[in-house]
Amino acid sequence: MALRDETRMLLESMDRLFQDKCTKQIVDAAEKGAFPTDLWRAVGETGVPLAALPESAGGADAEWSDLYYVLRVAGRYAAPIPLAETMLAGWIAAAAGLELTDAPMTVGPVRADDKLTLQRDGNGWRLTGRASRLPYARFAEQIILVADGPDGEMAVALQAPESADKTEGRNMASEPRDTLTFSGLRLAADAAAPLRGGTSRAGLYRRGALARAAMMSGALERAMDLAVTYAQERQQFGRPISKFQAVQQNLAVLAGQTAAAIAAANLGIEALSTNDPQAEEFAVAIAKTRVGDAATLAGEIAHQVHGAIGFTQEYALQLATRRLWSWREEFGTDAEWAARLGRLVCARGPEALWPTLTAA
Amino acid sequence: MAVPTFRFDPVALPPEATALRTEVRAFIKQHQHLMGFTRSGFDRDFSRAMGQRGWIGMTWPKQYGGHERSSFERYVMIEEMLVAGAPLSAHYTGDRQSGPNILRFGTEEQKQFFLPKIAAGELTFCIGMSEPNSGSDLAGTRTRAVKLDGGYRINGSKLWTSNAHRSDYAILFCKMAQEGQPDPDRHAGATQFLLPLKSPGIEIRPVRNLLGEHHFNEIFLTDVFVPDWLLLGKAGNGWNQVTSELAFERSAPDRFLVFFQVLCEMLRMAGPNPDRATAAALGRLVAQLATLRSMSLSIAGMLQEGLQPNNESAVVKDLGTRYEQDIPVAARQLFPTEPELEAADLYTSMIARATMNAPRLSIQGGTREILRGIIARGLGLR
Repeated sequence: MALRDETRMLLESMDRLFQDKCTKQIVDAAEKGAFPTDLWRAVGETGVPLAALPESAGGADAEWSDLYYVLRVAGRYAAPIPLAETMLAGWIAAAAGLELTDAPMTVGPVRADDKLTLQRDGNGWRLTGRASRLPYARFAEQIILVADGPDGEMAVALQAPESADKTEGRNMASEPRDTLTFSGLRLAADAAAPLRGGTSRAGLYRRGALARAAMMSGALERAMDLAVTYAQERQQFGRPISKFQAVQQNLAVLAGQTAAAIAAANLGIEALSTNDPQAEEFAVAIAKTRVGDAATLAGEIAHQVHGAIGFTQEYALQLATRRLWSWREEFGTDAEWAARLGRLVCARGPEALWPTLTAA
Repeated sequence: MAVPTFRFDPVALPPEATALRTEVRAFIKQHQHLMGFTRSGFDRDFSRAMGQRGWIGMTWPKQYGGHERSSFERYVMIEEMLVAGAPLSAHYTGDRQSGPNILRFGTEEQKQFFLPKIAAGELTFCIGMSEPNSGSDLAGTRTRAVKLDGGYRINGSKLWTSNAHRSDYAILFCKMAQEGQPDPDRHAGATQFLLPLKSPGIEIRPVRNLLGEHHFNEIFLTDVFVPDWLLLGKAGNGWNQVTSELAFERSAPDRFLVFFQVLCEMLRMAGPNPDRATAAALGRLVAQLATLRSMSLSIAGMLQEGLQPNNESAVVKDLGTRYEQDIPVAARQLFPTEPELEAADLYTSMIARATMNAPRLSIQGGTREILRGIIARGLGLR
């Protein structure tokens, strides 16, 4: 089963959009602190950020898998926008019946060790706890958080200015990662609602991890594209370095790791349509683990092939590799997901391994 | 993107493949006493039983004894058999590559003679490619055929021929003897024959591997006469044909399921509640395996579309052998033992077998370096 024609057309048009609007200059400017408003507007006009939501919530009932394939394209171009975060914020908020716009949003918690608590206060709420390293929080017009309420997990919608205590940070790719701390922030009654529609904090973490895996598979495509092209252009010892077997063998490994990363990310993406949290957990663990492993090895080779030029700010390789090194740690490192996967298969026992692998 | 990328589309197995899986698992259960961690199990009775079930030559036309089933069904049948450690050796080469190459290049007479017998599990083929001085450099073959009246006279030798001592035929790769100076084209004159191994002039000698087992052989051919009708395809077209045969060889899922049972034993050793480091090490292996399987399914999908996924197959074999060779390395770090082939403890004997078998995986069917060369060519680098 190849990708559906509609999916292919969507991906081609998104590729053109990013190629046009997400140039190295735009990414460089974003890394210096300017939000790429034009890029966000252009992406917003496609409807992609909220497309997975039901029409009643302003979406288009699109397949989640299609949107995750779009995230690969965004990763290819190092798109410095909270696209995955807005998709996931929309998913949580729309299911809970909270109001939404197509402005940039972010979502959290993104780290497993953060804790947020929601307590009743008159006819409103009080929010306490910490949400660390929220992507793009400083640019988000709405922040959707999952907090522990008195009767279970709840979605909380914060308008950005409310965010009390904010510590700005960034990852190695200079993408904003801001920590919000709340000590009893007062919220109106309609700012929080119980989670619905199969959403959960665990689900958010899982889909966030898969978003990073999809984006990394795109960044790997970019790194490979640059390395193979560069090796054919760069002349040393009187010929292109691509003619040396040592370089060829390295590039073959890079291509293999990139292919494996795409296949692993696809495996996770296709599991989204099972609507089975356990199957999704298993597939996402495979994806985040395998893509993370690929990123480590492939990033190393892409740099080795480029020599010194790849280590400069001027050349685009670093746009891909700094993101690979950052994203592989977000929403759980590959080591963390590998341990989850290992515990899962061990708990089921050796006889269940093959049936589990072939269940899909 | 300017650079060609390899194609690994996600594939969902069709319902008939899932139904077949249930059937195959039941069959394996019935034959449980024949299953084991050897893969080199050679059992003609088992092969005949598989032939009777219609599980050899599954995708071939019915008129040649095949069953016209999909590449996905064949994929499912093979992966179940490999994981169980079924004794496939008596028919595996014929099913995987000799039969398909006969189907592609053979005459009508050859197809009618060979294919139904292979599909019935009654005819065993082995591979006649490597020679003492021609391993990765297959074009350097020194075995020569000379045209005679009614046939060919062949002289030379073949090496590393698995199961030659218990096979019926080999697909022999050689060259037609050239007049005068050697041709500048190294592929010129290359030719394949369907060689009956009982022919006069053939001597088969064992070459024991480092486990002390007899799988390899050296085949000596001294003035062996092969009748005209056993020429496969066209004289001189052998390079093209052998490339096709290797593509069949490399596209099978047997490049990452050889040590599956070792992985299961590692899970058993870890128990239901392992520490974080152990869980992570096992999780990494499972993630690699699941990814390889998904890539291999994509290849089955391309075969089903009638495509020749040569580059993709090289990628999967390269990644697959790396993963397999990592298994005994991970095992000795997580669950140390002093490996012994004859140990009563299953894990201990498996680790001995896996450790000693590991080196062959990235050599047979194309060395790691050759595969990476193929991938590099696919990238447009050569």
